[in-house]
Amino acid sequence: MDWLYMHMPISGVDLFWPGLVILGLGVGILGGFYGMGGAWMITPGLNILGFPMAFAIGTDIAHIAGKSIVSTIRHAKFGNVDYPLGVAMILGTMAGFEVGAQIVMFLEKIGKVDLYLRIIYLILLAFIFTTVVFDYLKLKKKEKLAKEKGEQLDKLASGVTWYKTLHKIKIPPVMTFKQAQITVSLWLPMLVGFATGVVAGLLGIGGGLIRMPALIYLVGCPTHVAVGTDLFEVMISGLYGTFTYTWKGRTELLAVFIMLIGAAVGAQFGAVATKYFKGMIIRVLFGAAVCIAATSIAQKLIARVYDIKWLDDVSTVTILGGLSILMFIIVAKAIAGMRKEIQMKKMAQS
Amino acid sequence: MKRILISLLSAISLIYFLPSIAMAKEKTPPLVVVAHTKGLSGLSLWWANLYNDNMLLFTILTGCITPIAGILIGFIADYLLSLTGIDLTKRELAEH
Repeated sequence: MDWLYMHMPISGVDLFWPGLVILGLGVGILGGFYGMGGAWMITPGLNILGFPMAFAIGTDIAHIAGKSIVSTIRHAKFGNVDYPLGVAMILGTMAGFEVGAQIVMFLEKIGKVDLYLRIIYLILLAFIFTTVVFDYLKLKKKEKLAKEKGEQLDKLASGVTWYKTLHKIKIPPVMTFKQAQITVSLWLPMLVGFATGVVAGLLGIGGGLIRMPALIYLVGCPTHVAVGTDLFEVMISGLYGTFTYTWKGRTELLAVFIMLIGAAVGAQFGAVATKYFKGMIIRVLFGAAVCIAATSIAQKLIARVYDIKWLDDVSTVTILGGLSILMFIIVAKAIAGMRKEIQMKKMAQS
Repeated sequence: MKRILISLLSAISLIYFLPSIAMAKEKTPPLVVVAHTKGLSGLSLWWANLYNDNMLLFTILTGCITPIAGILIGFIADYLLSLTGIDLTKRELAEH
């Protein structure tokens, strides 16, 4: 079975290459569907495959850059990417990321930074999950009320409407973002980008996990556009990250290439899958992914504090198992949608 | 005009912020990794030697190969998906 292992020329380890392809495929599907890089999903997987941690981040980021180009192009064809909005947010994100990194350096001097950051991360994930649940319940209530009145709820209606309050602030320059169908002060996406950048810099994550819900609930983007625009940001930051981490000698190109075989295919599929899901369902599935991540981090946190080794393994199983279930739900629903579309086409032709 | 202004602003920010982010990262003590070339041959040997001898070229090549590989594989996946007969140019669902 030696052929199943491939020698990595830089890190010098022999890796189970089908594992890399499968990992890339899974994260590609979820990333293309949710609109994020998904480094937080890849790291536990790479750990299991025995990938040296010195190369994990660089290899992660390089593969994210490659696959997010694929999904951004695909989402752009569906009209899901608002480039001006993406650029406006990038400006804020970069400034925010720098501030976040500086805060981490300050906290490192105090000590216990790792523990505090994990707790902050956990609170943030719990907040995002609660928001998604609140949004779902409120939308269902609105639908019920509309049904009772014999009316049909507006297609663009949502449960949480914090963005409506923020849209009232018209500090110049006010811009119309065509794809996102919003007219807002340019400061809004820049400030939201800044805030998400601070959090991303603070937690050492890419930020897609925070930016996607922020684009929906604070900026007022339709879900599909939030997914596509977020991926555009992931693409830019991923390309920058590829150069910086490679310059520091932390990228294993052969592993990147193997992962990309799965990831590029998965990213295409994940992006196409959004066609067959309503915005609310994408948000609910996103909430489920956040819940899985939060549970896994909580388990890891308890394992470290109380030195319980088996719980650490359980946290890895939680994140990989939970995300695999979500992936199968997305794939099954997308395939059913595709089959229905093809059947409809055939019926229309005959 | 607005797009030009945004592009200009983003370019200025990139120039301004990127080096400072890179500098912030460099403050931690660097871990020196050397690729072991023993037992390697052909392309693998050349790649490992490039990593050890010319990091700049190694970085440029990795930074260029990664997106190109992504686009190429994505293009093939796009073609395969189009063979299924589904519409890859638009989506019907547009609600919030």
